[in-house]
Amino acid sequence: MREIAFLLNGELVELGQVDPTRTLLDWLRETRGLCGTKEGCNEGDCGACTVMVTDARGARALNACILFLPQLHGRAVRTVEGMAGPGDKLHPVQMALIDHHASQCGFCTPGVVASLVAAHVNGRRDFDDVLAGNLCRCTGYAPIIRAAEATADAPVPDWLAEDAARAAKLAQGSKRQPLRDFAKWYQSNPEAVLVSGATDVGLWVTKGLRDLAQVAFLSHVDGLDRIEINEETVLVGAGVTIEDLRKAVAPLHPGFAELLRRFGSAQVRRAATIGGNIANGSPIGDGPPALIVLRARLHLRRGQARRAIALEDFFLDYGRQDRADGEFVEAVSFPRQHDRLRCYKLAKRFDQDISAVCGCFSIAVEDGIVAEARIAFGGLAGVPKRAANVEAALVGRPWDEDTIGETWDAWAEDFTPMSDMRASADYRLDAARNMLIRYFLEAAGAVTRVLEVKP
Amino acid sequence: MRLVFPLPHDAARQHVTGEARYIDDIPVPSGTLSLAFGLSEIAHGRVLSMDLAAVRAAPGVVAVLTAEDLPFANDVSAAAHDEPMLAAGEVHYAGQPLFLVVAESHLAARRAARLGVVACEELPAILTIDEALAADSRFEGGPVLWERGDAGGAIGGAPHLVEGVLELGGQEQFYLETQAALALPQENGDMVVHSSTQHPSEIQHKVAEALGLPMHGVRVEVRRMGGAFGGKESQGNAPACASAVAARLTGRPCKMRYDRDDDMVITGKRHDFRIVYRAGFDDDGRLEGVEFVQLARCGWAQDLSLPVADRAMLHADNAYYLPAVRIESHRLRTNTQSATAFRGFGGPQGMVGIERVMDHVAHALGRDPLQVRRMNFYDAGGLPAPRPAEPPPPEGISDEKKIQQTPYGQAVEDFVLHELVAELEKNSGYQERRAAAAQWNAANPVLKRGIALTPVKFGISFTLTHLNQAGALVHVYRDGSVAMNHGGTEMGQGLFQKVAQVAAARFGVPIEAVRITATDTGKVPNTSATAASSGSDLNGMAVAAACDEIRGRMVAYLAAQHRVEASEVRFRAGQVHVGEARLGFAEAAAACYQGRVSLSATGFYKTPKVEWDRLKGQGRPFLYFAYGAAVTEVVLDTLTGENRILRADILHDAGASLNTALDVGQVEGGYVQGAGWLTMEELVWDERGRLATHAPSTYKIPACSDRPDVFNVALWRGGGNREETIYRSKAVGEPPLMLGISALFALSDAVAACGGAYPALDGPATPERLSQAVRAVRA
Repeated sequence: MREIAFLLNGELVELGQVDPTRTLLDWLRETRGLCGTKEGCNEGDCGACTVMVTDARGARALNACILFLPQLHGRAVRTVEGMAGPGDKLHPVQMALIDHHASQCGFCTPGVVASLVAAHVNGRRDFDDVLAGNLCRCTGYAPIIRAAEATADAPVPDWLAEDAARAAKLAQGSKRQPLRDFAKWYQSNPEAVLVSGATDVGLWVTKGLRDLAQVAFLSHVDGLDRIEINEETVLVGAGVTIEDLRKAVAPLHPGFAELLRRFGSAQVRRAATIGGNIANGSPIGDGPPALIVLRARLHLRRGQARRAIALEDFFLDYGRQDRADGEFVEAVSFPRQHDRLRCYKLAKRFDQDISAVCGCFSIAVEDGIVAEARIAFGGLAGVPKRAANVEAALVGRPWDEDTIGETWDAWAEDFTPMSDMRASADYRLDAARNMLIRYFLEAAGAVTRVLEVKP
Repeated sequence: MRLVFPLPHDAARQHVTGEARYIDDIPVPSGTLSLAFGLSEIAHGRVLSMDLAAVRAAPGVVAVLTAEDLPFANDVSAAAHDEPMLAAGEVHYAGQPLFLVVAESHLAARRAARLGVVACEELPAILTIDEALAADSRFEGGPVLWERGDAGGAIGGAPHLVEGVLELGGQEQFYLETQAALALPQENGDMVVHSSTQHPSEIQHKVAEALGLPMHGVRVEVRRMGGAFGGKESQGNAPACASAVAARLTGRPCKMRYDRDDDMVITGKRHDFRIVYRAGFDDDGRLEGVEFVQLARCGWAQDLSLPVADRAMLHADNAYYLPAVRIESHRLRTNTQSATAFRGFGGPQGMVGIERVMDHVAHALGRDPLQVRRMNFYDAGGLPAPRPAEPPPPEGISDEKKIQQTPYGQAVEDFVLHELVAELEKNSGYQERRAAAAQWNAANPVLKRGIALTPVKFGISFTLTHLNQAGALVHVYRDGSVAMNHGGTEMGQGLFQKVAQVAAARFGVPIEAVRITATDTGKVPNTSATAASSGSDLNGMAVAAACDEIRGRMVAYLAAQHRVEASEVRFRAGQVHVGEARLGFAEAAAACYQGRVSLSATGFYKTPKVEWDRLKGQGRPFLYFAYGAAVTEVVLDTLTGENRILRADILHDAGASLNTALDVGQVEGGYVQGAGWLTMEELVWDERGRLATHAPSTYKIPACSDRPDVFNVALWRGGGNREETIYRSKAVGEPPLMLGISALFALSDAVAACGGAYPALDGPATPERLSQAVRAVRA
C-alpha cells in the first residue's frame, strides 16, 4: 500500500491507500464512473480497455485491464473521455473514425481511439502493428485503417501535448527506489510477487482471482531498465520493455526484432519486460529461444550477491528455474556477434498470438561445412530448450540437404512435444524440422516468408 | 424515392467519445448487486451434492441460489423447454451453470462462484459426431430427408463421380461485449430489464416465466449491443432471467455480465458440421446428381438447432441448379455447449458443402473451378419485375421449365450471378491473376499461391414463417420532431440509422429531426429477433407504414383546411407543400395538433408470399435471394502451413442500398469474419469435453493485419430487388459472411499446386491442417 499520484485526462489524481492489485480498468469504471473504457476480455488480448499513458519516455497505449494502479504513479492517463479538446472538439482520430464509418457496434472503438491517438502522438504509420492488439469483430478493420491513414498528417492537438511535461514534473517529486535497496528488501521479503509489466501477473489477478499478499513494482526501482551496448556485449536490464528491446536489437539482429514485433500487441510490448519474460519460466515465451541462440547469460542477484549463468541453464524443468529465494533477474546479456540469427514463430495468427513453436537458429558455415550451430526452441518442451542432438548432427558436416535430412531422428531425441489447443505434437516436431529447411533455403536466397509476399 | 445517403452510424459520435452506453455502463442505483454462475466442470453426470457453504461465507455474498430456490420456471430455452437456467439434478456439459451467486460486486461474485464443492457421479459423455451417431443421440428423432428426383440413380448413371467428407469447425461469436443484463425491480412486482439481446420479446417472455408474471409485468429495453452475430438471439436469456430472479428475491437491482472465459464456456457457438457428399457429373462438369449427408453437432439442448440445420439444407444448392438431389440432415445431441445462431445460421455450412463439390469436380476434370461453377449456375431467371397486366404463359409451358427451382421447390426468379460474376471476374483480373499464380507456383518451391472465386446466393426471410412480422411506433411531436421505435435491435449493423432514414424520407425531414429510441417491449410488442438479416426489411417497412399512417392523417387535415386535393399535399425538404402554400414541417405538425389530429401511429408489416412446409421441405421459405461473389488470393508456406490472404475483391448485391456506407461495412466485416471461421478460428475441446479455447489468448479471431492487403469491395450497380422491399433494398447482414468461403478454396487451390491429389481441405484451415493437406497431396 502506498500513495500514488497521476494525471487522469489532464486532472491530478492522488490516491492514498490503494489495493496494489486494483486494476486501472476497474477503478475507472467502478470508482470514477468513467465507463467509456471497456472490458472485453480482462486479460490484455482484445484491447477494448486500451488507454494512453504518457510519461517522460513518451506516450504509449496500454491495456487498462492488466494495469495496476500503482504502475501509474507519475504518469498521465488519457481515456477515451479525455481525447477530445475544449468545447468537445473531437480529436482528429475521432473525427476520422466517424467519417470513415469505422465503428459498428462501437464496443472496441474506445480502445481503438486510444491506440490510434497514441500512435498519432508518436507519428507512427505502421497501423497494422499499432492495432494488432485491438480486436474488432464488426468492421474487418478496413475502415479503421482508412481513418488512421486519413489522420496521419494532422498536427497533434495542443490539449494532449502538455501531458508529458506535467507527468514528468509529477515523477520528479518521487524518487525511484535504488536497486541496491530493493535487492536487500527482496532478500528479506522473498515471498513478495515482483511485478514489472503485469502482462502475466495481471492475469493471476483478473483470471486466477489470486490475492497477492505482497507486491513489489519493479517500475519503481531504479536501474533495471538500462540497455548498454558496447563493442563486446549487449546488456539489457530486466526491466527493459519488449518494445525497447526490439528497437535496440533491430540494427544488430533484425530477425530477433521481427520476432519481438510479433511477441504481442503494441500494448503488451510496451508493458511487458524481457526480465519478466525470462523469469516466469514459460516454455512458450518468445524471448528465451532467440537469446539462448545468441549465447545469452542471465544475471541474477540476491542482496548484494550476483551471479551469471548461461540462459538455457536457468530453465530447469517445467515451472522450475534456477532462482533462489529472494533472488531476482537483474539483466540478460549476450556477446556482439555476426548476425546469423533467424527466428521463426509459428502460431494460428501472425499478430498477438502465443507461439505453437518458436524456433531460433544460428548456423555458421565455413567452406561448406557447418562450423557451429546453435538452435533453440520454445513450444517443444517444458522449457525453452536447445536442440543439442540436432546441433551435433550438423556440426562438422557439409551444409546441404542430405545433412539436414539426416537430422531427422535427432529432432525426436531432442524434443517430445505435447499436443494442446495450439498444435499437435507431430505437427510441432514436423514444423521444427521444416524450419531448419527454411533456414537452409533462406540462406540460399529462396523466398520463404509469406509475410513478405506482396499481392 | 431512393435513399442512398452514406450517413454514418447513428451512434458514431457516441462510440468515439465513449458516451455510448452498453449494459454495464448504465448508471445504477446504489445497492445494485452483481451475479456470477458456478459452473459444471464435467460434461455429463448427476449432481450428488453441492456444498455451497464456502460460497455463502465468501466476502460480499448476499445470496446463493440453486435450482430449488427458483420461484417459478427454471428454463431459459428458446422454445423446447429443455434448458434449465440452473442444472436440476443432471449436468449436460462442462460449463453448465449449477448455482447463482448474488454479491455486492462483480469480482466478489466471481470469486465466490469458484468456491462451490460439487460432487457428481460422472456419466459417459457424448462429445463428437461419431459418438453421437453411435449412441443414436439426436434431436427430432431420425434424420430429416429432402429429395428431388433420383439422386442415387443420376450419380450412378453419370460419367464421372467425386465423393468425400468435409469437416467444418464451429465458431465463437466473440461479440466484444459479453452477455449482460440489468434487472430493476419496480412497484407491484414488475420488472424492467436492460439486456444485451437481439430478441427483447424473448427476454420479456422468459423473464415473465421466471417471475411468474404475465408479460405485461416485464418491460425489456435494448439500446444497443456490443456485437451479437447471432450469439445474442437466445443466449441472453440466462443472464436476464438470473438478474430478474435475483432482483425479485433481494428487492435490489441486479446485474450480470459474463466474464469472457465464462461467456465462451457457457454459451453456444456456430454448429460444427460434417458433410459427406457424392456427386455425379458429365464431361464438362455439369452436375447430374448430388447427395449430401449433413451431420450437425448441436450440443446438449435443442435451442435453435432445428432451423439452423434446416437452413444448412436450404443452402446445399447455393447458386447451382441440382437436377437430382438428396439431402439428409442429422441433428446430433452431444454433451457440449448448445450450438446456437451465428450469422448465416447454418447457411454457410450448407454452402461450403456444395462449393467443395464444385472445387472437387473441377479438380477431377482439371478445369478452372470458376468454369464449373458457372456451368452449374441457375439460369438467369425472370429479372424484370413481373407486370400485373402481363398475360399468363401459354398452355404447355410450365414454370418448372421456364424458371428453375431450388431443391425445395422455390423458383429462382431473381438470379443475377451470371452478370455479377462476369463483372467481378473482369474487374478483379481473375483470369490474369490465376495465370500469374500458376507461374509463381512453377517458379517457387516453398511458397504457393492460390486463387478462388466463390458466389453466394442467400435466402432472405425467417424460415419459421410466422416470425416474418414487425411492428413500429412513430410519434410526431408538435414541434416537428419525430420519435421512432420499432422491434429491431441495434447490434452495430446500422439498423437504427437505416430505419431513421426511412422515417425521414417519409416525412421529407432531415435525419436530425428523427430521434431513434431504444428498442422497448413496452412500445412495440411481440417482436421477432433481429436475426435472419431481416432487420431493415421488416422494421423499415413497419416504420414506413406507421409514418404513412400519420402522413395520411396530416394530408387529410391539411388538404381540407386549405381546400386542396389530397394529392396536392407533399412532404419534401423539411416542408409540407399544401397546394400553393408551404408550411415548415413543424408548422404543419403544430397545425395538425391544433386540429386535433393524432400524430402517433403504429405500423405493422408481414412479409408477403412466403409459405413453407419444413417437414416436407417444400414451399417458398424466402421472399427473395441476396447475391454476391468474392475472389480471394492467398499465399501458403508449404513448410509450416502458414498463410495469408493477399487480396480480396468483392462484388455484392445489396439491392437498391439504403445506405451504401453501412452496407459496405457489413460486406467488409462479414468477409473477414467468414474468412476467420474457415482459417484461424479453431475451437478445441479436450478429451473430457471441456472447451480448451475459452479466451482470446487461445481462440484467435482475425486481427488487423489478417484482413487482405488489397481489399476491394463494391456494391453491385445492377442491384435492385424485384420484390417490394423497403425502397427495393436487400438484406445485407448475413450474406457477406459467406464471401469468406473463397478464402478456404483459395487455400485449397494453393495446396493443389503441391501435388496431384485433391486437397480435400477441412475448415478451419489452420496452418496445421494445411500442412497435413500439403503432405497428403504430395503422397
